[in-house]
Amino acid sequence: MDRRSKLIEIMKNVTKKDIDISPEDSLFESGILDSFALPDLVSALEQEFSISIPDSDLNPRKFDSIRRIEEYLDSRS
Amino acid sequence: MAFIKEFGCWLPRRTVTSEEAGAWVGSDAEWVKNVSGIEERRFAEETDTVADLAARAGSDCLARAGIEAKDLGMILLASGTGGRAFPGPACSAARLLGAEGVPALDVPMASAGSLFALSLASRLAAQLGPILVIGAEIMSRIVLREPRERGVAVLFGDGAGACLVTPDPGPAEIIDSVLASDGTYAEDLMLENGAPLKMNGRSVILQASRKIPAAIRAVLERHSIGPAAVQVFLMHQANQNLLDKIAATLGVPAERFFSNIRRYGNTSSASLLIAACEWFRAEGFRPGAPVVFAAFGAGFHWGALLARGAGA
Repeated sequence: MDRRSKLIEIMKNVTKKDIDISPEDSLFESGILDSFALPDLVSALEQEFSISIPDSDLNPRKFDSIRRIEEYLDSRS
Repeated sequence: MAFIKEFGCWLPRRTVTSEEAGAWVGSDAEWVKNVSGIEERRFAEETDTVADLAARAGSDCLARAGIEAKDLGMILLASGTGGRAFPGPACSAARLLGAEGVPALDVPMASAGSLFALSLASRLAAQLGPILVIGAEIMSRIVLREPRERGVAVLFGDGAGACLVTPDPGPAEIIDSVLASDGTYAEDLMLENGAPLKMNGRSVILQASRKIPAAIRAVLERHSIGPAAVQVFLMHQANQNLLDKIAATLGVPAERFFSNIRRYGNTSSASLLIAACEWFRAEGFRPGAPVVFAAFGAGFHWGALLARGAGA
């Protein structure tokens, strides 16, 4: 499974919603993510990608789209 | 050593339902309950001040403890809604309590103020004698400012809570506390003079959902206590969904987190002590059992405090 497919699977598991948006679409504005699902998404990213996301990186904008999450993961690799 | 001797609280009589509050922002009670767990909140009278509410909660606490205000070593009043730059409400509350001459210190912090004041009191009580810690807020005057934001206006209420911390033995000993602040996020939750409250809810929830469990774990680990051994978690009542999330993160049943947010909403720095007061009267400390107080708020400031029931 490529990284994007894995990301979409993670988001489906966290939000219990279909992820049918473009990589640039806002996960918040599209109603997929809300304030209380975001911490779960961050925890799932840490677990699935074996990274520790420091509190200083916890800016909601970094996780607001598939593209931005990918960019963040790139910055950590 | 410092002990918790007694709690007190005071809530305004006027109840504002979530049906009424939801209508301010074009929504309904069901939506408010889903996003926050809040069904109603209390609003103070127009003539009430933060000092009035603080004095009422403080009087309740002192009367139950059988201690006169003039015998206090200090008063600490936490509030983010003091109403003016200076003087803060602590000196007025002290006068209303009949504690003229007793040093009265303002802790001008929203949400986490009572926790910081409790921690401070636990360190000062041995030198100063009994310290009355109060959290008092009139949030209604903030949320009623225009424009009323959907994610803010429905959340808050008014009230006051109090705790008497003494060097003499009481129902629980304050064992330890972990406090932290990080001004990086100062603009994510901010109230400027005369302006509506600004809140980046996503940032607040994201940071709180990580920092609160971390602070609780830190203070417990210092004393080799697991979360499952804690009798009750007494939290700043910010949002029921956040309380549930923190309970899940710590691996304890949500029922272990005392909650009264359904009835009072988020009363900022008052909420921790109102919750503690209601829990104390309904259940109280078990001998030897750990109890955790925790809060997170504007700043950001956050932390956790560990107490243990006396008499084991």
